[in-house]
Amino acid sequence: MASIGKIARRTFLIGSAAIVGGVAFGVYYVRRPAPNPLEPAEGEAALNPFVLIDRQGVTLFAPRAEMGQGVKTTWAALIAEELDVELDQVRVLHGPAAAAYYNSAMIGEGLPNKGYDISDFQHNVGQALGEIGKVLSLHVTGGSTSMKDGFERMREAGATARETLKEAAAQRLGVDRASLTTVAGKVVAPDGTEIPYPELAEAAAQIDPPEATLRDPGQWRYLGKHVPRVDMVGKSTGTAEFGIDVRLPEMKFASVRMNPRLGGGMKGFDASAAEAMPGVETVVDLDGGVAVIASNTWLAMQAVDAIEVEWDEAPYPPETDALFERIAAAFDTDANSTMRDDGDVSTLPEGATEITAEYRLPYLAHATMEPMNGTAIYSGGRVEFWGGNQAPTFTRDKIAETAGLDSDAVDVHTTYMGGGFGRRGEFDFAVIAAKVAMAVPGTPVQTTWSREEDMRHDFYRPGAMARMRGAVKDGKAVLLDGQIAAQSALFQAMGRLGVPSGGPDKVLVEGAFNQPYAIPNYRIRGHVADLAVPVGFWRSVGNSFNGFFHDTFLDEMAHLAGVDPLEFRLEHMKTEHPPSAGCLEAVRDMSGWTGKTPDDVGRGVGFTYSFGTPVAQIIEVVDEDSTIRISKAWIACDMGLALDPGTVEAQMVSGMVYGLSAACFGEITYAGGEVEQGNFPDYEVLRMHTAPVTEVRVLETNRHMGGAGEPGTPPAMPALGNALFDLTGRRARTLPLNREFDLLI
Amino acid sequence: MPTSLTINGSSHTVDLPDEVPLLWVLRDEIGLTGTKFGCGVAACGACTVQIDGEAVRSCQVALGDVWGEVTTIEGLGTPDAMNKIQQAWVEHQVAQCGYCQSGQIMQAAALLAENPSPSDDEIDEAMAGNLCRCGTYPRIRAAIHTAAGNLKEA
Ligand code: FES
Ligand code: FES
Repeated sequence: MASIGKIARRTFLIGSAAIVGGVAFGVYYVRRPAPNPLEPAEGEAALNPFVLIDRQGVTLFAPRAEMGQGVKTTWAALIAEELDVELDQVRVLHGPAAAAYYNSAMIGEGLPNKGYDISDFQHNVGQALGEIGKVLSLHVTGGSTSMKDGFERMREAGATARETLKEAAAQRLGVDRASLTTVAGKVVAPDGTEIPYPELAEAAAQIDPPEATLRDPGQWRYLGKHVPRVDMVGKSTGTAEFGIDVRLPEMKFASVRMNPRLGGGMKGFDASAAEAMPGVETVVDLDGGVAVIASNTWLAMQAVDAIEVEWDEAPYPPETDALFERIAAAFDTDANSTMRDDGDVSTLPEGATEITAEYRLPYLAHATMEPMNGTAIYSGGRVEFWGGNQAPTFTRDKIAETAGLDSDAVDVHTTYMGGGFGRRGEFDFAVIAAKVAMAVPGTPVQTTWSREEDMRHDFYRPGAMARMRGAVKDGKAVLLDGQIAAQSALFQAMGRLGVPSGGPDKVLVEGAFNQPYAIPNYRIRGHVADLAVPVGFWRSVGNSFNGFFHDTFLDEMAHLAGVDPLEFRLEHMKTEHPPSAGCLEAVRDMSGWTGKTPDDVGRGVGFTYSFGTPVAQIIEVVDEDSTIRISKAWIACDMGLALDPGTVEAQMVSGMVYGLSAACFGEITYAGGEVEQGNFPDYEVLRMHTAPVTEVRVLETNRHMGGAGEPGTPPAMPALGNALFDLTGRRARTLPLNREFDLLI
Repeated sequence: MPTSLTINGSSHTVDLPDEVPLLWVLRDEIGLTGTKFGCGVAACGACTVQIDGEAVRSCQVALGDVWGEVTTIEGLGTPDAMNKIQQAWVEHQVAQCGYCQSGQIMQAAALLAENPSPSDDEIDEAMAGNLCRCGTYPRIRAAIHTAAGNLKEA
């Protein structure tokens, strides 16, 4: 970890200012290829870290966490497109934790630009910086970066492997490589001779990979079309293996209870009742919590609940209101960032009308469908870990640190995950699983958290507040001055990795400072609230609150200006970022928006630009006997090239439903330092009958590729609030909405 | 005391306390991991199986109370021989993370056995207890309609 810390310190400096120095440093260190993590056995050839061929066939490695977003299929399709293999004839695996699988797009995202307005030069700088991900072993899935990250690299991996195989065939046949073609996993000679790739594997392993050029998009077979997902049959037959499904010979089952006052320690415990319960084998002191190893998960859960524990106090104010007082107090501290400062917001333009509003949003849990879990075996000198995780190299290093081992004494097997949404980018569940396994060396143990443990020990979406001040004149916005206050999820997460943090936190203000509106006087400041409540990355991160703050406030400004809220947004966006305007026009046309609705129907528009992708949504609500139902939704997005439009559509709906669930019902509150919600009855989500009928349009005019997994979430929340305003005349400045509105459950 | 169970047509004998929920018998004892744990309190539907054709939450049925033959997702069909409902799920590319889908499919199978051509409202009502955090609801609904059509043709 020490070296990561050192490199990161330099890197993050680069990220915020000294780009030139960074690339110079990067060029030398970065160009060194990361070692190939695949260790081919006799008769196998690992042509590069992404393609392995043996006598049995072809295996592609798609080392990105499959959490439901379809990345495994699309990454495999990128390789297959150039390698000329059929997706149903190859195996697709995740692969080990490795630097070679670094995320090249993530660090580029940290640059202090707005995204939508970047030049090609800045775009290239972002890509160059991304190489530094390799040095950091940044093997991570997150930030909606996978497509940007894999688009060139995976096609290159496929093309290089193809040319190497052709070279092997050329040598065998005594012909020129250029005379050969490839199709469906075979090299084809001009006389029709066909050699399957597996027969060429051994020879190909001896050849230095030749240069390869990428195909013209016109020749693509997979990309740009919906490809049936490689995980679909497994997930429809109960045979896909999630972390919780790992079964090893002689495996034991454990469950855990950590201090519900998060981050507090443990004074002591009495496990005598638990020890006498059926199936119980070992009680483990986790230092800050307890675990029980038993013959069955349920028996372990019962026993761990029966342990009497004396917990320490929480290291933060124990009640929700006191937490929000501290968040509000951050407004009075120096701004951590002023990421946008156009014109002059200090004076109200002549003849303009002013409006101010304060918003407050709650802490939120991820509530992935599969509760946290991990399986590990400790055998003195090694740890092997199985589980869903979004960051295999960090998981590996943290387990190593826990066990006092070198990183290369830890193997991480990444399974399917029953939802990630950012939660599985943490490593607490892996460290706990390793600690539990260390109590019984030589025996594999699966540690599964109860739903209550999962909901009460999250890294929450931070509670957040905003103070907005705006002004309109002649139907236009002439001033927008916003302050955001919240804990910094980024600083906390970096702290957990042992990486120093500081400087402007772009994530805290994303979704507010970088919205594509031309407003002459426009400032966004971020204020960091210093609190020890565990917070982390929740689908769309800062955009999840800033989307609501910024877009709801624009809606309020439009009403003040007496302009249709959709046209108001469009007017300020048209010249600033045409792809964004295109999304708004698309939902306007799809929904037949007129700005007018019958008495018992309300419509609201929402827009957020995030992760490089503008998304516009219109939500329609209906009043049915005084109960409000979300009836319809229209979504338009533009991420430039959509590699798999079917998957993009699914992600847009998914992101929206996730956002609507939070907007309607989501809230984590604290009493006595403990989270009050424990299970779905306290943390309701959208269901089939409460989810809207939805239509999606995927536009492809954006010049640079954007993300798909997260951008659907932020605009859903303001769109719904704006629809409720249209229906009832009441403006929601806090969430969840079921506190003020009678929503259908 | 050993308890005997019939699961997907085969009989099994397990030696576990009577109050252990069927879910954990299936997953940890028999090794049938297709049935998922989501909440443990009958609030999510991830653990849905059928007992004598009726959809039940296996986290709520104690081993000692299992009253009939148990069918799990593994008993409905296999990757090489999928049942019509599973085929419809693949056709509509329903699953995202996939974790809730075993429960969704078992609930849908019970619905279609009882009501061969359900309306949207009837689907909504039958599926209301099955949560999907990935928001696959529209495709689930479409897949149920397709499966209903294909089952009738057969
Ligand atoms: S686990 Fe049984 S309903 Fe959720
Ligand atoms: S597909 Fe992920 S919870 Fe349903």
